[in-house]
Amino acid sequence: MSSHEDPSAPLQGAPSKNTERKLKNETRTQLISFLLMIFITSMAFISIGSDAVPNGFAIPFILMLAGVQVVLQLYFFMHMNEKGTGWINVMIWSGLFVAALTVGALMFLIGEVKY
Amino acid sequence: MADHQAVEKQTLPPNPEKATLDGRNKYLGFWFFLGGETVLFGSLFGTYLGLRGGVVDGPGPADLFHLDLVFIMTMILLTSSLTSVFAVINMKRGNYKGLLMWMWATVALGIAFLGFEIYEFYEYYHAGLGFTTSAFASSFYTLVGTHGAHVAFGVSWITVLLIRYKSTGLTLTNAPKFYTAVLYWHFIDVVWVFIFTVVYLLGIGG
Amino acid sequence: MSYAKAQSKNVVWDWLTTVDHKKVGILYLAGGAFFFALGGIEAVLMRIQLMFPDMAIVQAQTFNELLTMHGTTMIFLAAMPLLFGFMNFIIPLQIGARDVAFPFLNALGFWLFFFGGLLLYVSLFTGGAPDAGWTAYVPLSSNSPGQGLDYYVLGLQVSGLGTLIGGINFLVTIINMRAPGMSMMRMPLFTWSSFVASMLILFAFPALTIGLLLLMLERLFGATYFAVDFGGNIIIWQHLFWIFGHPEVYILILPAFGIFSEVIPTFAKKRLFGYSAMVFATLIIGFLGFMVWAHHMFTVGMGPVANAIFAVATMAIAVPTGIKIFNWLLTLWGGRIQFTTANLFALGFIPSFVMGGVTGVMLATSAANYQFHDTYFVVAHFHYVIIGGVVFGLFAAAFYWWPKMFGYRLSETLGKWFFWLFLIGFHMTFFVQHFLGLMGMPRRVASFLPGQGLDAMNFISTIGAFLMSIAFIILLIAIFASTKNRDNVQDPWDGRTLEWTVPTPVPEYNFAQTPLVRDLDPYWYEKHEGDGKIKAAEPLGEIHMPNATVLPVTISAGLIVASFGFIYHVLPLIIGGFIITFGAMFVRSIKEDHGYHIPVDVIKRDKEEGK
Repeated sequence: MSSHEDPSAPLQGAPSKNTERKLKNETRTQLISFLLMIFITSMAFISIGSDAVPNGFAIPFILMLAGVQVVLQLYFFMHMNEKGTGWINVMIWSGLFVAALTVGALMFLIGEVKY
Repeated sequence: MADHQAVEKQTLPPNPEKATLDGRNKYLGFWFFLGGETVLFGSLFGTYLGLRGGVVDGPGPADLFHLDLVFIMTMILLTSSLTSVFAVINMKRGNYKGLLMWMWATVALGIAFLGFEIYEFYEYYHAGLGFTTSAFASSFYTLVGTHGAHVAFGVSWITVLLIRYKSTGLTLTNAPKFYTAVLYWHFIDVVWVFIFTVVYLLGIGG
Repeated sequence: MSYAKAQSKNVVWDWLTTVDHKKVGILYLAGGAFFFALGGIEAVLMRIQLMFPDMAIVQAQTFNELLTMHGTTMIFLAAMPLLFGFMNFIIPLQIGARDVAFPFLNALGFWLFFFGGLLLYVSLFTGGAPDAGWTAYVPLSSNSPGQGLDYYVLGLQVSGLGTLIGGINFLVTIINMRAPGMSMMRMPLFTWSSFVASMLILFAFPALTIGLLLLMLERLFGATYFAVDFGGNIIIWQHLFWIFGHPEVYILILPAFGIFSEVIPTFAKKRLFGYSAMVFATLIIGFLGFMVWAHHMFTVGMGPVANAIFAVATMAIAVPTGIKIFNWLLTLWGGRIQFTTANLFALGFIPSFVMGGVTGVMLATSAANYQFHDTYFVVAHFHYVIIGGVVFGLFAAAFYWWPKMFGYRLSETLGKWFFWLFLIGFHMTFFVQHFLGLMGMPRRVASFLPGQGLDAMNFISTIGAFLMSIAFIILLIAIFASTKNRDNVQDPWDGRTLEWTVPTPVPEYNFAQTPLVRDLDPYWYEKHEGDGKIKAAEPLGEIHMPNATVLPVTISAGLIVASFGFIYHVLPLIIGGFIITFGAMFVRSIKEDHGYHIPVDVIKRDKEEGK
């Protein structure tokens, strides 16, 4: 970094053609993933809210939908699919792994049922 | 601070939030913080799931939860995630006005969400679910309340940024700040996905 | 702030407001040493009480408070901050960086730890320290009368926040700030093990945060997570505590492993044997550290399958640890070994730690664990791994890095007296405790009866504790008596890594020019393949530095004020404290602080003076 760079100067100029094209594509991708999320969420609510879907099916189904939606958020809205996010992927998935262990332990290993 | 250097115009890089080492550090550090937050919420979810059967004499999940209210809250938060995505796209485009506008929209949706949540807690309290009523009540309020506290903190954080930087234009200093605030906001939405699934839908369905 | 303004400051103000990683490191060391001494005094008081049967030096209640404070202090306020001190000072130097990634947060982390620790100790003067053990199991802790446990909850919450911040800071520093050529697989082992320990901090501490939050809400606001008659469950606390607590012991031991991996090659004059195996063993230990927490809970009744799984996972940790032990031995094999104090601690560590490891595998056998649980056997085990591992590591690090940090070498003569007394005292104190445990003496008892065959070994144990105390006093004497050894402090041990290339005292910008790293053990490589000087990766230029700031102290102080408000239910204090904390955060957020630049002529002048 050059020592004469001023970090509080307003950034001037327009993005490059390449960036413009990328951003345009991105807008489309994001809108599609948003619509997908709305759809997924509605499916989850409907499968619980309506009597047509048996609970034995609905519960694993909505858990799966939640998983899909979280991956959409992480990889599209939060850009974890981009290059240079290796360490971020490591930390987020490690966090999810430890969180899953915690949830499992607190659900099943609290002495109510012996495994 | 520019005490011994002339203010120089900077040109817009493709990823202004990661253009400086400071920005890259903030970006990475904030993601790692979110990794830690995952375990934090995991612990709260685990506690809730372990204790949700402990309703004693108080009302249980199926007596309290209304799908319509939760659906509206979910849609609000989901939409606020989209508005913050648009804010970032505008930032990369160099359209500062657009960034500010979409961030204000995010704040407005966040406040709406909080309003519904306060109304919801008020309703439950009057339906007999005090914080100390049962283990279910305590763990429910703690989980959803912690999420709500995150929303409140996010709203205040973004508002401070919006007021502080309302007329400075996009700079290499404030771009990472807006970007991390948006990451935080998405993370709040990620947590809510699990809350509406595990707390509300499972509460009613199973 | 200009360069000139940054230079003219009063000493106390300078240390209060510093964001320099080297000064923050020294602050961590000083704070950690202070609490280490307090924890040591508590330990000696307990040993005096147990010197003879039926002693009444302290009351049973006081004894409970002593054991709680001893454990809590040693883990949270002594071992971890001391390691953080070395990590802070050494990691940026080892990777060729000018500072850590977040100098502000670094200072904040220290002040949160220190104020949190002080808050915990205020409880001594307000009617009783916490008394439910360092594990604070519910319902003992949730029903404990008085404010002691409230201090425990809030003190640890504040200092735990500081640790989490520190962990994230190290992670980002190591990933983003390495000098050119310093790839991940060229990083010194101390940096690597600190990196893995920081990952463990990142994922373990949030579980503690939630555990403490739940306990706080239960005690102060009547929540019912742990109240069985309200549908609560007490095992929840044990899981949350140990999901944090087990990784915590790896957070302590991994940096110590890293220290030994620096000390042993330096004093054997050989490259570390099996570098990549060491790195992967560290990662595997880190991973397994999260898979085994329930081995602390074998006797709560999770069921045989659950116990068996956790038993097997626990035993698996012996494999990567064994890889490390053999690698250290093979590093020593055929080397020209120098028996300096630092190396003596490393050599003493190997057999001592192996003994702790063996009892660890015994404890992991879940069926046998029903016999060992809550006896002195457990006490002996974890003191063997924590003192034989972590404390030996800290002492090795102190003697090894002291010249670089403080500009003088600690006396080797006093150092050797210190080492031998400490080693003998340590084994004397804890070896016999294995047998006390096997004979049925429970841990955490304030007294025992005569005629049960426990008298002699308890007496020996106490004498050992006295020897360790004398040894510690010799260390203190050495620190003050060695200040004249100011020669040969830049590279006193013929070092291998980058921290020995910078002048002593280290300039505030560390490296006048960012170094170019050409191999693992870069300094050694340049000494033997190059001209003995590290190549520069950039031309000499202005160096950007962060400004000192008082905000970290302010943020931490605000949280302490709010904590008192919570403990004594004083709403204005809670509000006032949060106003201070969030106000300072607000100031930090809106006031852009771009630091200052050190001009080239100052760097040149330093360079001429340094050589």
